[in-house]
Amino acid sequence: MEYLLIQVLNGVQLGLLMFLLAAGLTLTFGIMDLVNLAHGSLYMIGAYLAWTFITWTDSFLLGALLALPATFIVGVILEVVVVRRLYGRDHLDQVLATFGLILFFNDLVRMVWGPAGKSIAVPAFLSHTVQILPGVSYPAYRFALIVVGLLVALLLAWLVARTRLGMLIRAGASNRRMIAALGVNIELLFSLVFGLGAVFACLAGLMTAPISSVKIGMGDDILILAFVIIVIGGIGSIKGAFVAAMVVGQIDIFGRAFLPELLKSFLSPASASAAAPAISQVLIYVLMAGVLVWRPTGLFGQRP
Amino acid sequence: MQPRNMIALLLLALLAVLPLLTQAFDQRYLLSVGTRIVIWSIAAVSLNMILGYGGLVSFGHAAFFGIGGYAVGILSAEGIQNGWLQWPVALAASMLWAALVGALSLRTRGVYFIMITLAFAQLVYYLASGLEGYGGDDGLNISRSRFAGLLDLRDKATFYWLCFALLCGTLWFCGRLANSRFGTVLRGARANELRMTALGFPVFRYRLVACVIAGAFGGLAGILIANEGAYVSPAMMSWVKSGDLIVIVVLGGIGALFGPLYGAIVFFALEETLKPFLDLLHKGWGEYWQIVFGPLLVLIALHARGGMASLLRRRDG
Amino acid sequence: MVEPLLSTDRLVKHFGGLLATDDVSIDVRPGEIHALIGPNGAGKTTLVGQLTGLLAPDSGTIRFAGRDITRLPTHARVRLGLGRSFQITSVLREFSALDNVALAVQAHQGHSFRFLADVRRDRALRTAAQGGLDAVGLGARAAMPAAALSHGEQRQLEIAMALAGEPKLLLLDEPTAGMGVEESQRMVETLRGLKRSCGMLLIEHDMDAVFALADRITVLVYGRVLFCGTPDEIRRHPEVRQAYLGEDGA
Repeated sequence: MEYLLIQVLNGVQLGLLMFLLAAGLTLTFGIMDLVNLAHGSLYMIGAYLAWTFITWTDSFLLGALLALPATFIVGVILEVVVVRRLYGRDHLDQVLATFGLILFFNDLVRMVWGPAGKSIAVPAFLSHTVQILPGVSYPAYRFALIVVGLLVALLLAWLVARTRLGMLIRAGASNRRMIAALGVNIELLFSLVFGLGAVFACLAGLMTAPISSVKIGMGDDILILAFVIIVIGGIGSIKGAFVAAMVVGQIDIFGRAFLPELLKSFLSPASASAAAPAISQVLIYVLMAGVLVWRPTGLFGQRP
Repeated sequence: MQPRNMIALLLLALLAVLPLLTQAFDQRYLLSVGTRIVIWSIAAVSLNMILGYGGLVSFGHAAFFGIGGYAVGILSAEGIQNGWLQWPVALAASMLWAALVGALSLRTRGVYFIMITLAFAQLVYYLASGLEGYGGDDGLNISRSRFAGLLDLRDKATFYWLCFALLCGTLWFCGRLANSRFGTVLRGARANELRMTALGFPVFRYRLVACVIAGAFGGLAGILIANEGAYVSPAMMSWVKSGDLIVIVVLGGIGALFGPLYGAIVFFALEETLKPFLDLLHKGWGEYWQIVFGPLLVLIALHARGGMASLLRRRDG
Repeated sequence: MVEPLLSTDRLVKHFGGLLATDDVSIDVRPGEIHALIGPNGAGKTTLVGQLTGLLAPDSGTIRFAGRDITRLPTHARVRLGLGRSFQITSVLREFSALDNVALAVQAHQGHSFRFLADVRRDRALRTAAQGGLDAVGLGARAAMPAAALSHGEQRQLEIAMALAGEPKLLLLDEPTAGMGVEESQRMVETLRGLKRSCGMLLIEHDMDAVFALADRITVLVYGRVLFCGTPDEIRRHPEVRQAYLGEDGA
């Protein structure tokens, strides 16, 4: 029972991390109609910048606070120099160009930070465990991740539902031409949204770092998962991304935590522990295929 | 004969005698680059059938490398090394997979299509890495397909010529297909799907058949890759490989018959020349050749969508 | 009395609270040009949508060539001989004029799962397509990409494509829309020349074209048939003059 609770929490925590990544992606997708494969690169760069600043300032919080605006600037520069030219282009162009950006950033990071991975230590003030229920303790850092993730999700929900920026974002997702008619500076809006996506990616990257590690190509595979999430949720829908991220997070953790035991009843222990993560990944993609067959534009996507 | 086909035929003639050249100049390594170019050309022609003629941006084409390759690999691991048995099974598996993926993903449009094809390829990737009995993540060493008495695939030149002959066959078939009734419907649906439906064409069925045909050639490339290295692994179908295939097709010229061949040559030539060139500028830079290659792709996407084929065409006036 | 080629019986279509098609019963006889006129919002497009199968009526039936086609999908209606041209020009812009028509011929000849034979050497296909272009006066433009044709020529090309299906009835949705006087006249000539080969239901705003071509005219107002009669009867009908022809009543 305790084990189950802890694993569910792990799933929530993973889901929230992926939501951070997916949120930026679904915003650029929904508003700018942009397939941005390079979003995973921003996640990687955010993590590396965080490592640099944390090492430099010797403080997790201070380093994180520096890394977020730094990644924002990287994002805005990227938008102005390259991404801006891709709006309104064929999706194939966007795939090709942002694929090129991934190659570029992977080698750039290798050149600047070297091929070896980096690790960020769990900050001292979060290295204990907390009692979430009598007798059930949970690592404080992971707990903090859940809190921060939920706060950002709420912030984003508020931003989209209540603010002028959010209104423009929602208008953009449903009617791109309307924004222009409102006399809004679209270029600035798009740069801001892209930068915001970069900040979320950085946040996801730096928060993951103490749990896994900072390495080249770390964004490549999780990017695909983020895409799966926004496709399941419906492109452009923050709500959809949240729901899908939670589901995918649970499936992933279920695959790692429970499937090996289940499989051991009819497989050798070695095969079971190798097959389990693969099967949980496969389940995620089967879920996506199922959703798309049932609803070709995702759970909360707009019907064509 | 038009001049641009002359260039393609010249290239093919050069490729036909490549093993003789590499032997004469004692450049074994070049032959292995040549083999990769030829195999990837076959895969790129296959992708070009659906992406170029069909307008369907499939981001999961590397899955066919995996399915074709693993079909050979698994049969070989189970003691069946007869190529006459292995190859048809591998092709059938690829076509079956293409039919399944096509039937599900052709219901979606645009970005959703790109993503669902990508997701299906990831599915195969993870399935393969979960096959602990067949090497799991690390992959599987296999022995090459046997065509008793006819061909010895262990001989590098023989294997190269086999791949080259299959490439010629693939190009011939694709050229015929493009101008057939079927190909015309496929291209018409790319240009204006609604109009084609209004004319009474069940577009879905045509696209599905195109996917299955492309799947067969994609699987063929997978069979060849497995035999080239006598090795299969999940890495051969990572999504980056699917991206590379798209790059090759676009580099060469979308929907142009010889585009995939040009694209594969340029792609591998760039890789093989950028590295030493950058190393020449500064020792150690060669390792980071993608810092140059990446932005090059951005420029191509922004400014040169027609690829090599359109450059050649423009020069013809 | 000849059986009508196409007939609707008490067709009704709602959009929410709006009654877009209100109890409409019309018919087109073989070889006849039947024009459908009415002010904007009269429900002409909705009616065409139901005839082609893009929209399903709430009640009522549609019969075509002796069959109830109310529930048939679009491509099945095309197969039966119900051709159409579009309100918005819809040709394959990158394809040559000849290839456009050839595709239409191909669609009519059955399935196209033929993978190796070259269409460019397919005599039967090319001849039929060229014949179609000649019939609408585009014979000399065969090799041009459709995108390079003038607006009027593209509309002519559409007619040729619709004709390639050897339709028994042609639905023409504003064939002269956006055309100059000269182009309109050419289109009227083309359509008049085709009159014997198939029936036509003509939706048109240009009254000159309507009166030049139509055997009968139906006036649609607020989704309802106001009047149906010959051009002369329409001209004389006081209610029609008031409701529709208004101040430019002839």
